[in-house]
Amino acid sequence: MLHLEEVGKRFGGLPALDQVSFSVPRGQVTALIGPNGAGKSTLINCITGVLHPTTGSIRFLDRQLTGQAAYAIARLGIARTFQNLKLFPRLSVLDNVLTGLSCEAGHSLTMAMLRLPYLRHRERQLKLRALEVLDRFDLADKSRLPVGTLAYGDKKRVELARACVAEPELILLDEPVAGLNAEETASVGEQLKQLRSAGQTLLLVEHDMELVMGIADQVVVLDSGCCIARGTPAEVRNNPLVLEAYLGQMEATA
Amino acid sequence: MSIKEKILYFITLHHTGLTVSGFSLALVLFPLFEDNPYTLGLTNLIAIYVIIVVGLNLFIGYAGQISLGHAAFFGLGAYGSAIATVTFGLPAWPSMFGVAVLVALVALLVGVPTLRLSGHYLAMATLGCNIVVHTIMLQWDQVTGGPSGFPGIPSLSIGGFVFDDEVRLHYLLWSFALLALLLALNLVRSGVGRGLAALAGDETAAAALGVDTQRAKIKVFVLSAVFASIAGSLFAHCYNFVSPDSFDIFASTDMAIMVVVGGMGSIWGSVIGAGLLTLLPEWIDIFENYKDLIHGLILVLILMFLPQGLMTGLYEKITDKITLRRQKNAAS
Repeated sequence: MLHLEEVGKRFGGLPALDQVSFSVPRGQVTALIGPNGAGKSTLINCITGVLHPTTGSIRFLDRQLTGQAAYAIARLGIARTFQNLKLFPRLSVLDNVLTGLSCEAGHSLTMAMLRLPYLRHRERQLKLRALEVLDRFDLADKSRLPVGTLAYGDKKRVELARACVAEPELILLDEPVAGLNAEETASVGEQLKQLRSAGQTLLLVEHDMELVMGIADQVVVLDSGCCIARGTPAEVRNNPLVLEAYLGQMEATA
Repeated sequence: MSIKEKILYFITLHHTGLTVSGFSLALVLFPLFEDNPYTLGLTNLIAIYVIIVVGLNLFIGYAGQISLGHAAFFGLGAYGSAIATVTFGLPAWPSMFGVAVLVALVALLVGVPTLRLSGHYLAMATLGCNIVVHTIMLQWDQVTGGPSGFPGIPSLSIGGFVFDDEVRLHYLLWSFALLALLLALNLVRSGVGRGLAALAGDETAAAALGVDTQRAKIKVFVLSAVFASIAGSLFAHCYNFVSPDSFDIFASTDMAIMVVVGGMGSIWGSVIGAGLLTLLPEWIDIFENYKDLIHGLILVLILMFLPQGLMTGLYEKITDKITLRRQKNAAS
C-alpha cells in the first residue's frame, strides 16, 4: 500500500535518513523501531509531507507522495497522530474528533455561511460518526468537555479517535503509548488490536517493545537513519545487528 | 420527556437561532424607547464596527492570524462608494457590491504573498498596506479630495425611501450587522469553521487533517476584507462624507482591539467589543484626549492577563472553574 524507495533526508550536511526502503502491506501492522535519534519521526514527517525527502520516492496506492503538500497527502487517506499531541485544547472533545472529518465537511466558505439544508444534514451525519467513534474509545461521556481539561491518557485516546474517524486507508501512529502508565498502555494496545482485526493498515512508531512484539506483523528497524533489519517480530528479535543496535542497549540498561 | 425537559432541549438545540432572534427583536424595538438622535448615532456607528469586527474576528480570533490593516479595506469601501456614486454618478447599491468585489481582489493580491508570513511579519505587512492606502487617500487629491475629505455622498435609498435620519439608518445598519453576525455564526458552526479553529490551534496538525491551511487563510482574509468594504460603503452613505482620518493605522489597531476586548473567536464578543470601544470615550471624558494611549493600555492589560480576550477569557475562566468543581464533586 505504501512503498518507500531509497528515501533520504539531509538537514544541511547531516544525514537523518539514508536509503530507507520498505513497504507497508494493506491490512497489516508495520512497526518502525529504533533507538532515539534513529530518524523515525523524520520518516513519518517525510511520509506525511511535513518534511520533504531529499532523495528517493514514496508511493501510496500508486500515487507519488514526494513533493505533495501535507493537506493533499491527508486527503489521499493518510491520517496520523503526533508524538507530542497536537490537539486543539480549546475545542471540545467532540469538535476535536470532528476536525478529523475536515476532508468530508466541505471547503466552501459561502456554502458554510449560508448553512444550506444539505450542509446541516451532512453536519448531523458527521456528528453521529464522531460520537460513534468516541463511544468506541470510551470517551462518549466526555464529548462536551474542552480537551484541555482532560487527563493525558484521555488526550492520547482523543487523538487516536480523531485519526480513526475518517476511516483512512492508513494511520501513522507516532508513539501512541509514550508517557502512559501500564494500565493505559494496555488499553491503547487493546484498541490497536481491535483496529487491526477490523483490517486497518497501521504504521506504528513505538519504543514499547512489548506492545510492538504483541501487535506487529512486520518490524522495520532504523538505526542512525539506515534501515538495518526487516522481518517478523521473531526474526527481528533474533537479528544480531538489531540486538547490538537497539535491544542490546536495553539489555545493558536493564 | 416532561414539558420542561422538552423546552430545555429545544433551547440547547436552537440556542444560536434563539439568541439571534432575541437580539433582532431588541434592535427592532430599540428606537421606540430611545429616540435621541445622538444616542442612535452612536449605536449606528457600533453597527458599522460590528460588521468589520465580526469579519476581522474570523481572521484574528478563529483562524489565529493578525491584521493591523483592516482600516485600509474599510477605507477602500468608503472611498470606492464615494467615487463611484459622486464622480461617476453610478447607482449606490450596485456600486457597493461592485466595490466589495474590487476590494476582494485587492485583498487577494495582498493576501497571497503576505499570508505566507506569520506573527510579527504578517502584522507589519498588513500595517504597511494600511499606510500605503492611507497615503494614497491623502495625496491623490484630484480623486479623493485629499486631507479635506470627500463630501456630498448621497444617502442610500430603496424605492423612494431614503435612509437619511438616525432611526431609518438604525434599521438599515443593524440589518447589515445582523446579516454579518448570522453569516459568521453559520460559518463557525460548520466544518469550515472547525478547519479554521484547527488552523489557529496548530498549522501542522490542521494540514495533517486535510485542511489546506494557506488557502483557508487567504479565503478568510478576503472574506473579512469584503465585510470591511461593505461597512465602509455604508459608512460613506451614512455620513455623506469621508476623510482619510477615519482610515489610518490607529483605526486599524482600534478594530484589532475591539476583537481582543470582545474575545478571540467569539462572534457575540465582537458586538460587545465594538460597543465598549465606541462608547468608552462617551462615558469618560479623559478618553477623548488620550484615546490611543488608553486603547493601547487596554490591549496590553488584556493580552497580559486574558490572552483569549476579555469576554472569552472571563467566560472560559468561569466554565473551567465549574468543570473542575464538578469533577471534584464527582470524585468525592
